[in-house]
Amino acid sequence: MSLKNNAAAIGIAELKPTKDAPPDATPLGLMAQLTADAIADAGLEKSAIDGFLVGMPVADPGFIYPASAAEVLGINPRMLNVVDIGGASPAGMIWRAAAAIGAGMCNAVLCLVADLNRLGDQRVPVISVQREFEAPYGNIGANCGYAMIANRHMFEYGTTPAQMAKVAVDQRRNALKNPLAAFGDRPLTIDDVLNSRMIVDPLHLFEIVSPCSGGSAVIVASPEIAKRAKNPPAWLIGAGEYSNHSSITYAPSLTDSPIRPAADAAFKMAGVDRKAIDLVCPYDCYTITVLVTLEDAGFCKKGHGGPFVAEHDLTYAGDFPCNTHGGQLSFGQPGLGGGMSHVVEAIRQLMGRGDGRQVKNAAMAYVNGNGGIMSEQVSLILERRS
Amino acid sequence: MSDYLKPLPKPTPTSRPFWEAAKRHELKLQHCAGCGAFIYYPRPRCPQCMSAELNWERVSGRGTVYSYTIVRRASTRSFADGPYVLAIVELAEGPRLTTNIVAPPESVKIGMPVMVAFDDITPDRTLVKFKPA
Repeated sequence: MSLKNNAAAIGIAELKPTKDAPPDATPLGLMAQLTADAIADAGLEKSAIDGFLVGMPVADPGFIYPASAAEVLGINPRMLNVVDIGGASPAGMIWRAAAAIGAGMCNAVLCLVADLNRLGDQRVPVISVQREFEAPYGNIGANCGYAMIANRHMFEYGTTPAQMAKVAVDQRRNALKNPLAAFGDRPLTIDDVLNSRMIVDPLHLFEIVSPCSGGSAVIVASPEIAKRAKNPPAWLIGAGEYSNHSSITYAPSLTDSPIRPAADAAFKMAGVDRKAIDLVCPYDCYTITVLVTLEDAGFCKKGHGGPFVAEHDLTYAGDFPCNTHGGQLSFGQPGLGGGMSHVVEAIRQLMGRGDGRQVKNAAMAYVNGNGGIMSEQVSLILERRS
Repeated sequence: MSDYLKPLPKPTPTSRPFWEAAKRHELKLQHCAGCGAFIYYPRPRCPQCMSAELNWERVSGRGTVYSYTIVRRASTRSFADGPYVLAIVELAEGPRLTTNIVAPPESVKIGMPVMVAFDDITPDRTLVKFKPA
């Protein structure tokens, strides 16, 4: 069974990320709002939702989570699970939903993530191996790992700080057209990025994602439901997943990421060329993540990510539209909703609902979800059929 | 009581020989009798060949900086006492490890040869750091 054309995204919902956690907000409260919004957007009755994939909120974690969340939402799923592959979880939900639908287990899957930004001081890792061999040396949180990737990329390929900064600058131009972007109120220049505070060499403040509160939802449905949906369906035509490490220290390479096998699998399933892609939505927790993704997903030669982003216009009106919602760097990172923002934007563009930032004739999109420090990778290819 | 406030490694049955050796200022790694691989961090079985026959061997303590970052703003308050160099060192025997380079931050470069430098952070615990060779 191939997943190609087995299912389509037919409804989306997304909250505007906020830096603080509203005092009366709860992750389940946000999930309830998103569920109501997503089924309304899809034009479904709630009773039609018979599959449920959910992300574990850091602000309110628990065991045996899917059934408890489903009970709060009043959903009776034929398939339910937490997807726990970090920032790749939302993209991972989409193909898992399509697989469950293709296997006949269910017909309409709610993929749901929401969280509150109450982390504050980064805590010591929950992964026991990292608590023992990373945290004592100060490798806590994600910043250090990506900084070491960026330094190694600069060392191996001559990538420059200005090239990395260009990603944040172009994506901000996209965010200026996205009313839901948390940081979409003023433009950014390369000098702004390079003059912002150095946090972990060589990464500056404006190259680092900002934790937020918020969430988003996508409904993935069977072809029978999709064909009579009120929105133009965004069909899943390719998917691939891969991981080869948890801590970046034990990855085979800092610069050659597990995105490559994930993307290759997705393009092989879809049977399309990179040139067929109209827009890309790569996970962008840091500027360097986008460069490595564009290389390993095959949009430019290995090591040429820096010159590639410098030479192309990454805006919605440009020659290589990339993260047209602003990316997480400008949209904000509401927990796993950061990763879902790439999925939602690709679907929105394919549905022709990009409003002031619509990519002309957007028919095919590439999405990459990335977990941890370049650990878990999920590539998706979505298509709008004419 | 120690006034050391940063996270301390808590040895497991698998990793205890590593930390006990570090306390004696010896760098020891598991060596797989099955496939000959040196292993870091300590594992219950060889992650290459799944052999359970792993012997602790003292290694050279020499390596090179594979990558690094100068952490100017730490993610956690316990590391907020000034910039530090977090690095991945590739040991002469092959494995890479997460560590700190004990040197002026601006002097650290990728590819720089380094030598193990044990840091007795508490009476019971020693971290495996590196200094320029």
